[in-house]
Amino acid sequence: MNFILHIWRQQNAESLGDFVTYQVDNIDGDTSFLEMLDQLNEQLIEKGEDCVVFDYDCREGICGTCSLVINGHPHGEKNATATCQLYMRDYANQNELWIEPWRASSFPVIKDLAVDRDAFDRIIQAGGFISVSTGSAPEANSQLVSKDNADNAFDAATCIGCGACVAVCPNASASLFVAAKINHFHQLPQGRVESKNRAKRMINQMEVEGFGSCSNHRHCEVVCPQEISVSNITLMNSLL
Amino acid sequence: MHNLNPNEPSGPLENRWEKHLFGLALIAPQNRKKYNIIVIGTGLAGASLCATLGEAGYNVKSFCYNDSPRRAHSIAAQGGINASKNYQNDGDSTWRLFYDTIKGGDFRARESNVYRLAQLSCNIIDQAVSQGVPFAREYSGYLANRSFGGTQVSRTFYARGQTGQQLLLGAYSAMSKEISSGRVKHQSRSEMLELIIVKDRARGIVVRDLVSGEISAHIADCVVMCTGGYSNAYYLSTNAKGCNTSATWRAYKKGAYFANPSFTQIHPTCVPPTGDNQSKLTLMSESLRNDGRIWAPKNIKDCNKDPNNINEEDRDYFLERMYPAFANLVPRDIASRALKGICDEGRGVGSKVNNQRLGVYLDFSSVIEKIGLEKVKEKYGNLFDMYKSITGENPYQVPMKIYPAPHYTMGGLWVDYNLMTTINGLFATGEANFSDHGANRLGASALMQGLADGYFIAPQTVANYLARSQFEEIDDNHPEVVASLESVKARIGKLMNAPKPKHSPDYFHQKLGRILWSACGMSREKQALKAAMKDISELESEFWQSIKVTGSESDFNQTLEKAGRVADFIELGYLMCRDAIDREESCGAHARLEFLAESGDAKRDDENYSHVAAWEFQDGTPVLHKEHLHFEFIKPSVRDYK
Repeated sequence: MNFILHIWRQQNAESLGDFVTYQVDNIDGDTSFLEMLDQLNEQLIEKGEDCVVFDYDCREGICGTCSLVINGHPHGEKNATATCQLYMRDYANQNELWIEPWRASSFPVIKDLAVDRDAFDRIIQAGGFISVSTGSAPEANSQLVSKDNADNAFDAATCIGCGACVAVCPNASASLFVAAKINHFHQLPQGRVESKNRAKRMINQMEVEGFGSCSNHRHCEVVCPQEISVSNITLMNSLL
Repeated sequence: MHNLNPNEPSGPLENRWEKHLFGLALIAPQNRKKYNIIVIGTGLAGASLCATLGEAGYNVKSFCYNDSPRRAHSIAAQGGINASKNYQNDGDSTWRLFYDTIKGGDFRARESNVYRLAQLSCNIIDQAVSQGVPFAREYSGYLANRSFGGTQVSRTFYARGQTGQQLLLGAYSAMSKEISSGRVKHQSRSEMLELIIVKDRARGIVVRDLVSGEISAHIADCVVMCTGGYSNAYYLSTNAKGCNTSATWRAYKKGAYFANPSFTQIHPTCVPPTGDNQSKLTLMSESLRNDGRIWAPKNIKDCNKDPNNINEEDRDYFLERMYPAFANLVPRDIASRALKGICDEGRGVGSKVNNQRLGVYLDFSSVIEKIGLEKVKEKYGNLFDMYKSITGENPYQVPMKIYPAPHYTMGGLWVDYNLMTTINGLFATGEANFSDHGANRLGASALMQGLADGYFIAPQTVANYLARSQFEEIDDNHPEVVASLESVKARIGKLMNAPKPKHSPDYFHQKLGRILWSACGMSREKQALKAAMKDISELESEFWQSIKVTGSESDFNQTLEKAGRVADFIELGYLMCRDAIDREESCGAHARLEFLAESGDAKRDDENYSHVAAWEFQDGTPVLHKEHLHFEFIKPSVRDYK
């Protein structure tokens, strides 16, 4: 397969970016999307040009590092999938691809397709934890958790912190990310003690970081690679 | 050569850690803020250590190459974490977990360390649950367990297929709490490129800011490396793309001994490679082997047939045939070798890479029949989805295909019982050290070790070191600091300006990977290893002649990052082969073809090789030192899984 790629190139947060067009040929269907970009970068090295910077690490959909908007869709069009889990066989009918970074003022572009997501870390630091110190934990089975609660907590906890929810939201809201963490802890007795305070602090930090509010577009749950439900946001709002 | 002193306590095994703890010096709470500690890496070992040291009141500076501490590769561990809680009343105990780990490691680990690990395993579960790690539970509300990876008891705690992710998020949230308290100062997108040693003590590191390219020195009273393993030396592995040996290799070149570099684990259940442009391999959790049955066609002519059309009598369930007692649950090294053997016979399945079919079937049809599709979905749903998204095949209908891939490295920096390397004040924890897994790691033990080191061991032993040491004030103008900064800049200059720039970092990395995979992978042999060392030396000269890095060093430059890491992998690859040649026995994952039983099982030589091989970098050549292993409580036996 051959592809024409329009890739966003931007030197740093201060400079203006633009699309640059490249071509890659003879791509096998079992090649992953990021391996296709690897091949482009190999071509660029051969020509003596600076490579396209894009974030990746585990390449198995769990670390949350990869972050590309492909033809207008964060993580591409495929449901429940991070960019690194896309394969070129899924693009057999699209030979022209537009590749951009996450777009949100709270996620400034660092270079090309990589953005700064430190704002997510700062939201967690504001309250995304249970205040327990090492060594002070009671015996693990001393507090029972119903299977439903444990399963709900797990469903919320699967968030990989990639930021696709922010990238797709017209308000660039981080509500889904924040709500998932709040609900994860709220489902568990050991986390519920601090629920209200935690919600207040995390939501406050979200506003400080410049993320918008939720106005129920619900695009976030559609692009979420972990299929985190917007019902988490309902729970979050009920805690306020 | 001198014998290494592991500083183990003596006496009854079950009292050793307690006795040792009592002998450790303490620092009073009000004095802790006077001490500065550098932690490199924020996986399970690093994040848990940062959290614990921060809570205690020390000043911690942490670094990771990822864009957030939450993304370290611990996150990819799927299957679970062991603890000898004996919740299932199936005869488990600290002693049994200790014994299983020592035996699984083929009697090449230190008894005192492994017993301590087993003792601490239960505290880890308590700690994780209190942090909100959503482990699987029974309808009763109690924690659930499963049997995992070569054990006969159910001692594994799990969070569906995301145990590593959930445990890391627990440690990351605890660390985040300490970042907000101000006691931990964290820097993401930063890579350690040099260790600073002043008067025989580790006193700091040189770091490159991966975004701006800025090189800076960071001074502290001690340094802890939690930088993971080096499976990426093979290029294709299950490790995240960024995992590298650079931090541990810099330490080695500054005098820290590197132990058992050839002990690398090849994991049996990975998605097979499909072609030359493959950038990494994906692990399918070993828990799949609990219910999946592994088979290959009996006849080569069936290898390209639709597996569902191969009759039952034409299938060879080879692990069940070869190892009737443990069957599909034999330890990883044994399963991997058996799988490779079948493919080498020409009975592999799947697409051909270099004219060989690399894969065997992992079949779930009988368990689907037995417990129903819904139950199987609940147990393995996300793993099946992952397989489907990678291969485009539906494992509920067509058997999965699997092939081994490098996954974990038991080797690493040599550490004593205090987790300190041979450099004063330089500690290594988690996969970065060599300590607990001997020649082969059992499933669900890596998470356990990373967290035992980070939550419970290193915080105590680091404090002891600080309490017993005097530190002179140093700053950026100290000659050692200046020299370290200069050497990092000079090396980057060399990478950017090779005499005849021609090939990308990946070109060299792939070449190195092929050499190591064939000579120092699942089976090793003297002549092939010798040839590999020669090839690697040639590759090294070619690298420095013709490495081509485009872009600028004062910028976000992923090509430069890769080049620096590959340069270190090449040198490490040489040492891996050197170590594999030297160990003239087979043990665990180290299978020397000259020392295998007729059945294909490893033949240990306890008389001559019951030691840890620790290599010292001396004037450019590796010099061997030995730590002899003493088995006072367990009698090394033949590791028989038949």
